[in-house]
Amino acid sequence: MMKPARKQRLILIGLMVIGAGLATAFALKSFNENLMYFFSTTDVVAGKAPNDTLFRLGGMVVKGTVERPDDGLMVRFKLTDYSKEVTVEYTGILPDLFREGQGIVAHGKLNAQGVFIAEEVLAKHDENYMPPEVKDSLKGQAAPVAGQ
Amino acid sequence: MFLIPDPVVRFFHRMASPPHFYAFSQRLMPWLVVIFLLLTAAGLYGGLYLAPSDYQQGDSYRIIYIHVPSAWMSLFIYVVMALAGAIGLIWRIKLAEIVAISSAPVGASFTFIALVTGSLWGKPMWGTWWVWDARLTSELILLFLYLGVIGLYGAIDDKRTASRAVAILALVGVVNIPVIHYSVEWWNTLHQGPTVTKMDKPSIHVSMLVPLLLMAVAFKFYYLIAMLQRARIELLLRERNAQWVKNKVAELKL
Repeated sequence: MMKPARKQRLILIGLMVIGAGLATAFALKSFNENLMYFFSTTDVVAGKAPNDTLFRLGGMVVKGTVERPDDGLMVRFKLTDYSKEVTVEYTGILPDLFREGQGIVAHGKLNAQGVFIAEEVLAKHDENYMPPEVKDSLKGQAAPVAGQ
Repeated sequence: MFLIPDPVVRFFHRMASPPHFYAFSQRLMPWLVVIFLLLTAAGLYGGLYLAPSDYQQGDSYRIIYIHVPSAWMSLFIYVVMALAGAIGLIWRIKLAEIVAISSAPVGASFTFIALVTGSLWGKPMWGTWWVWDARLTSELILLFLYLGVIGLYGAIDDKRTASRAVAILALVGVVNIPVIHYSVEWWNTLHQGPTVTKMDKPSIHVSMLVPLLLMAVAFKFYYLIAMLQRARIELLLRERNAQWVKNKVAELKL
């Protein structure tokens, strides 16, 4: 059996860890929105995103919506969270992993027409790792070669 | 008490005796080094040579063979350090205190490696070296916790008092561990979600997964080696006035 003094210390340490855990849980809960790295497209359509300041918008690039309207560096595409879509415009160089159907996070603000003008576009990698052949057989069609 | 079999209890009792620990860790060391080298060689060969390229990232994904095991180790070592610290606090076992403080620099190194390799991968893949999302920020806090433990231990002269202070800091910091692990699920982050530790099947091809797991086990052995070496030195320093250390020194002088 444990000696009383040790038992007391064990209980004390247990209480300390539980206390610290609860405090952290409450703190994180109350800062929940600030800890979100980006807004979803549904948030933006619902008007939850700020109007005049910069914020981050995350979502999947909708297949077939990437276009370069005036042959310049400006790219226009739609982002979705499979519920609502937001149009994004960005002028600049896109990261390697940017492609249709991929997740990205854009930093910028909404203009008066509700178009998101991005100043920076980051690719959000998914958690899937597989050789190209496996990807091909999953799709049943030739996937684009990485980096192209 | 907690239904631990008798031989296990006796093993830990013997391990808690400094001279026995010192001799045992010395005998164990060559085996640990051999296993570590074999696992690392197999893991690197599998990861850098046998494993295929990724369908999206090409060869850049191969940094996961360092990055992911390091990140796992940064969490694992922290938990070991906090548990050893708690055992030291409750049972006042000197060796538990030594294991706790000897783990800190190793854990800090793995945390640092995870942050740096992640940053190197992030630049080409995400398009940025660093973002303040929940995963990256909580991992950075982990590095500061490790550095805090090392600093606090160094700042207090009496090492038994220092060990108690360090154990309390480490135990309070334990709340950060589930935060790091679940950060990618609780909040929107730029960092991707879990690949291997998902409840359903891992979303990584088996030819890429096997070397990753080999590296993960190899890193565990590296931790054992580095931690035990530090613990042995710390033990000699703390026990420098004990008879068994004096005997050892006398043996060397002969």
